[in-house]
Parts: sequence; C-alpha cells; structure tokens
Amino acid sequence: MTIMHAIQGRHVRVTLRGDLDLKTAEPLRDALDKLVDRYRDKNLVLDLTEVDFVDSSGLGVILGRYRRLSAQGRQISLAGVKPSVRSILELAGVDSIISIGGDPVRGQTAAPKS
Amino acid sequence: MNRVEMRFLSLADNVGLARIAAAALAGQANFSIHDIEEIKVAVSEAVSNAIIHGYENRPDGWVDLIMELDQSGMTIIVEDAGVGIADVEQAREPAYSKDPERMGLGFVFMESFMHGLEVESTLGRGTQVRMRRFVTLSGELSRDAQ
Repeated sequence: MTIMHAIQGRHVRVTLRGDLDLKTAEPLRDALDKLVDRYRDKNLVLDLTEVDFVDSSGLGVILGRYRRLSAQGRQISLAGVKPSVRSILELAGVDSIISIGGDPVRGQTAAPKS
Repeated sequence: MNRVEMRFLSLADNVGLARIAAAALAGQANFSIHDIEEIKVAVSEAVSNAIIHGYENRPDGWVDLIMELDQSGMTIIVEDAGVGIADVEQAREPAYSKDPERMGLGFVFMESFMHGLEVESTLGRGTQVRMRRFVTLSGELSRDAQ
C-alpha cells in the first residue's frame, strides 16, 4: 500500500493506493493516526481513487479514524470511491455517517449513489 | 467443473493471495465482474477470520481453501485448525467482535454476498466456513440454482 498526504487548506488529503485489507490495515491505521495527531486543527480526506478493494479490516480503520476525529469535533470524508468499494461502504452503513464521494477540498458535491 | 485446493500459512499476506485465486477460478464461470468482487470480499473475510480469530494472529497455522466450480455456481470452503468459536450464532451477529478496531462485519459480508453460509466449529479443534455462490443470469438466479 502506498500512502501519500498533502495539506490543502483545512484538510489533510491522504491518497491511498492498494487494497485495504488485513495486511494493510495496521500500517494504514498507524500512518493515519500520526497525521491526525500531527495536524490537530485539520479534517481528514481519504482519496480512494486508486483503491480497488476494501473489506471489513479496511472499514475498521476508516471507522476507527471517524470515531477519533468525531470525538475531537473534526471530520473525515472519502473521495474517489469506486462503485465496488461504495457497495461495501453502503452495506456497512458508512455512508450514513461519513461523506462519500464528496470532495470538500475542491468544492465538489457528493457523487450520486449508484 | 473445476476444483482447487490450497493450503497456506495464517499470514495476512495470504488474504490477498486467497481472494485472487478465488477471483481467477470464478472467472472461469459465468460470474459478472460485480459477482466476482463480492466473492473476493467473502473469501477475504473468511480467511481473515481464520487468521485473526482461529489462530489469534499466530503466523504458523494452516488455512485450507477449497473451491469448486460446477454448472450452477461455486462452493468455497475455508478451514482452520485454530481455537474454534464458542458460540457460532453470537459470532455471526453484526457488530460482534472481540477487537474494538474491527466492526464484526465479517460474517455479515459473507452472508450478504454469498447465497448460503454454513459455519461449523469445535473449541480447540478449529472452524470450517462453507459458502456457496450461484451464477446469476440477467439478475435472476439461474434455473439450476433455484
């Protein structure tokens, strides 16, 4: 998994490349927690444009960061979500608590649900 | 008809290996890309459970993956010789997980994406998950599958 980040105004944009599963969950969690701790005044945007696969291990990382950030009054959103990944997120109900497909950094509206 | 049997160590690296093998075998049948994506999730969950819960993240356990294609679909068996599940019904409930970072959605995904799920487990001896996915035609289960 490749993890890159950039600061864009009030957001930390993290671009992920690879699958989010049991193998990548722990290093991803560690990397995101470091960013969350380092940039304490910023929200988190996960760019999943180059993520083709997410299972419950990957979802656990996303929801764990949602809980951390929410407790601090901060937000997490997902951008570039592919249909196959979106169906997983919707089945888990993630779309009801986290903005999916929207791009707050660039001011786009949320993508319509497929 | 085709049948594949794999045995691999309980390493996180092998979760991806297992789902790619499942996808490759499913690709030999009339599954859609969407179907194959869902089969990959189910296999990923079953193998992850074997590693995390069956072997409690020990890297030296063996996981068996048995996959069989027939005219109506695909049967997938994931088996470990780990600690077993004390209460299978409880383990299958949504949001049940011993790990706060996990969501307890593994069985939910398996049940949602497959057309049948059986779990047999014996404490101290291991767990077998058996899943079935039927080939669908134009959005409906094929006649053989009904």
